[in-house]
Amino acid sequence: MSKPVVATASLAGCFGCHMSILDIDDRILQLVELVEFNKSPIDDIKTFTKMCDVGIIEGGCCNSENVENLLAFRKNCKILISLGECAIMGGLPALRNGIPVEECINEAYCDGPTVSLNKERILPNDDELPMILDKVYPLHEIVKIDYYLPGCPPRADLIWNALVALLTGSKMDLPYEVVKFD
Amino acid sequence: MGLFNNLFGKKLPVETPLDKVQDTVSSAKEVIKTDIQKEVNMSNKVKFIIDGKECTAEKGMMLVDAAAENGVYIPVLCHMKGMIPAGSCRVCTCKINGRNMAGCTTPVDEGMKIENDTPELTELRKTIVEVLFVEGNHFCPACEKSGNCELQALGYKYQMMVPRFPYSFPPKAVEAGAGKIYLDRNRCIMCKKCIRTVHVDGKNVFAFRGRGAHLEINIDKTLAAKLTDKQAQEAMDVCPVGSILRKEKGFDEPIGTRKYDKHQIGSEIEKVS
Repeated sequence: MSKPVVATASLAGCFGCHMSILDIDDRILQLVELVEFNKSPIDDIKTFTKMCDVGIIEGGCCNSENVENLLAFRKNCKILISLGECAIMGGLPALRNGIPVEECINEAYCDGPTVSLNKERILPNDDELPMILDKVYPLHEIVKIDYYLPGCPPRADLIWNALVALLTGSKMDLPYEVVKFD
Repeated sequence: MGLFNNLFGKKLPVETPLDKVQDTVSSAKEVIKTDIQKEVNMSNKVKFIIDGKECTAEKGMMLVDAAAENGVYIPVLCHMKGMIPAGSCRVCTCKINGRNMAGCTTPVDEGMKIENDTPELTELRKTIVEVLFVEGNHFCPACEKSGNCELQALGYKYQMMVPRFPYSFPPKAVEAGAGKIYLDRNRCIMCKKCIRTVHVDGKNVFAFRGRGAHLEINIDKTLAAKLTDKQAQEAMDVCPVGSILRKEKGFDEPIGTRKYDKHQIGSEIEKVS
């Protein structure tokens, strides 16, 4: 039997959850033995080359590119995992959810205390740039998510236990110390 | 005059001035009051059963407090011992004699049969916790109360991986101009604990404003400015979430040493038994 294939991505996140994946320390050697990585910042494969068994996504959706990426993951992964608070509830990027997008953009590019050179009030408007969404969405409000691993970042043991449970088909070990929201 | 003589068994001179009579009346009332209190305290122990465990407590004690005395933890967010119950969060819902009732507003009575730790009630309580999470803006990673927050601790207890309801992200205002504390309405769960406990000059510092969906907690800035450091700390501690916070204080406990980092909420009560 071939190895299970894992893909990962960071959408509107800070890569902290990916750092936490690396935080499984020497168990990463076991992980490399156990699974094969496809599209992931870990091996720098940019597009899906095959159907994956597990997709792990950190970060919520704040722009159109995030949504496209997420839809591609749903299409190419049998199991999708929301990793971390941003994926689960929007996280810190979602602090802007109570503020209109126009106000956010003006603050960032025109009126902010560190903006001094944009006298003509030019806003970024290139076709290459993804469109910003009205608010930051949790992943499960856009596609179906199978499992959730909370934490900011999720504890390395939580990620490891979840992967082991998925790969071996056993029940997940959830000690009190590993399920945390911060 | 004869009436007073008979009532309180005190001989009053016939010509007693009126204010003297009133003094006697109020002291007699005091005696009666303490007698009643003593009677309540001395006798009236009742027996009741929580999940098959026989418990004893004073009659009239609220169920969550009585259970805690017997080493049974009933989760609660809007109540603490000695506080007039409000029954606002319903996390303490128990099945009492077959009916769902709030444990913080129900006085214990002889022979009560209480279900507490059942899958049905656990699911109900978890649902309430999830509702509270989506109704406000609970950004745990950015909250100073994280690790010491009772709502978060209940999320841990029930292993809430994700709320089943859609997040509402309601717009809420922060009140930062209130002396030593600030009020963050994003995290408020409307438990009314601060309204019931924080007083300055005999007046409430906090109060509700609005009705229904517009209900929000409000602060009297003039009174709040008079809070001492100790009172500010007490106000922060009484808040089950991170709505009331002390200024220039925060994140001063490292992760791993905070109240609910290693110990589940309620474990200190369950350990006693």
